Amino acid sequence: MLTTQWLYALSGCLLLALGLRSALLHPALLQRILAINVMGSGVFMLLIAIAYRGPGMPPDPIPHALVLTGIVVAVSATALALALARRLTREQPHD
Amino acid sequence: MTDALIALVALPLTAALLALLLPRIATALVIFSGLAITASAIALLYGVNTAGALHYELGGWTAGLGIALRADGLSAILLLMIALVMFAASVYASAYFGKASERAQFWPLWLLLWTALNALLLSGDLFNLYVTLELLGLSAVALAALSGKHAAVQAALRYLLVGLLGSMLFLVGVALLYAGYATLDLATLTQVVKPGPIAWSALTLMTLGLLLKTALFPLHFWLPPAHGSAPAPVSAVLSALVVKAAFYLVLRLWLDVFADIVTPTAANLLGVLGAGAVLWGSWQALRAERLKLLAAYSTVAQLGYLFLFFPLLLALPPGPARDVATGGLVMLALTHGFAKAGLFLAIGIVQQRSGHDNIQELGGMVQRLPLTTFAIALAGVALIGLPPSGTFLGKWQLISAAIATGQWLWVAVTAIGSLLAAAYIFRILGHAFGNQPYPHQAVAVAREEWPALLLTLTATLVLGLAGAHVWTLLENGS
Repeated sequence: MLTTQWLYALSGCLLLALGLRSALLHPALLQRILAINVMGSGVFMLLIAIAYRGPGMPPDPIPHALVLTGIVVAVSATALALALARRLTREQPHD
Repeated sequence: MTDALIALVALPLTAALLALLLPRIATALVIFSGLAITASAIALLYGVNTAGALHYELGGWTAGLGIALRADGLSAILLLMIALVMFAASVYASAYFGKASERAQFWPLWLLLWTALNALLLSGDLFNLYVTLELLGLSAVALAALSGKHAAVQAALRYLLVGLLGSMLFLVGVALLYAGYATLDLATLTQVVKPGPIAWSALTLMTLGLLLKTALFPLHFWLPPAHGSAPAPVSAVLSALVVKAAFYLVLRLWLDVFADIVTPTAANLLGVLGAGAVLWGSWQALRAERLKLLAAYSTVAQLGYLFLFFPLLLALPPGPARDVATGGLVMLALTHGFAKAGLFLAIGIVQQRSGHDNIQELGGMVQRLPLTTFAIALAGVALIGLPPSGTFLGKWQLISAAIATGQWLWVAVTAIGSLLAAAYIFRILGHAFGNQPYPHQAVAVAREEWPALLLTLTATLVLGLAGAHVWTLLENGS
């Protein structure tokens, strides 16, 4: 039977695979940046699934802490990537 | 001694924030904190040498939720190399960036990079390693894009995306390990990890991510443009230190944490990729038209040698023979760090004085820039591996281990790689010592020439002649 934990874990893996595929195959810059963010969400879903310890039990706090830190890192990295990408497209508007 | 552990992270971080707030005194701040960081690195090395591996839990929180700092012989030696190279490059950068506005942008990022390097080497659990890898990647990318030129921004963006992809793969590996063993602490993992699908897939994903970051052939495509278009002091530390931080993690994972999981086939695969890097990187360096690209491709090749050690170390039984070979690996990494940093700094002087770094048009350079040319030649001695450089000792151990374990292929690769290195170094020197008139007004500043010269001297003389201490330190600090 498909439990909620497995649903989260498998969707996480699916997101990860989709993101990886786009990051490797799409040449467009914005798509690549988005794809890496989708990959990140996949990993976070996986970590949330890992934190589940059974019905009625409190979830494991460590994977949650990892997800929080991971989100902060992902946001800063995306900001830097977008700033660099904007610099590139501004210089060559027709590229 | 644990004070040194804390100081190595706290000093550059505090200085980075102060440099951001007080840009006017930032240069003085960097020099003073650089001296303090170097002193802390020496104190740490001394402590590890006398008392063995050190360990400190920040705020008393135990591993798991808290952040633990650790140092052993390997990390202490690398931390001292980082401190010396970063300090020399800081002195250089204070003269290289002429405008105050350039320096105001540069120093905070530079100190953050230093913080990330130190924190990475002192981290003992997988998640802090992930965070420090990201900090390192972000500050390195920002520094690489600093010139704002189109090529630099483009290369930096590709560097960032490759780095993020690598970190994601690493993080999936971390998640798998936590799911399997409910711990992120490296020391605990070493004891509990067992051969099986979880350990194998985690190691594969983490290694793949780190190989992207350390630019092992054929994943090196992003390195030459990024290192070739960054400002000189940045190229120096990217090539000498940043790629080596990811390599250090591969080394830790393969030789410590997953030592019982790693198979000879997997180690051979790393060796084959390393051999590809040595041959392809050296060949591309020989064909490069620009000095900086030559140096960047030479980094790809020199990293390849480090990976040649993996199949050898695995074939040697744990004990003195393996320790001696590991010392050779560390020696090779150290010498390359000093020599490549010095080479990039010297190339930066040439590029600033002549306005380009086209090898064909550098005829007669030695007449105007004798000390800089001498530094390039010294770096060349270390890159080729001539005695008395540290590379000579490292390659000696590499070849001895290959002969002892009957893996002759790696001997041939090392020999061909060294010949190609001699060819690309003599190609530069052949032009530099030409007797055509050098058309540029070239007055080198002592603050730029001396750091380059001292770094390359360390690689060729100090490490070569005092090399035995590296082996003693590794043994005492375990």
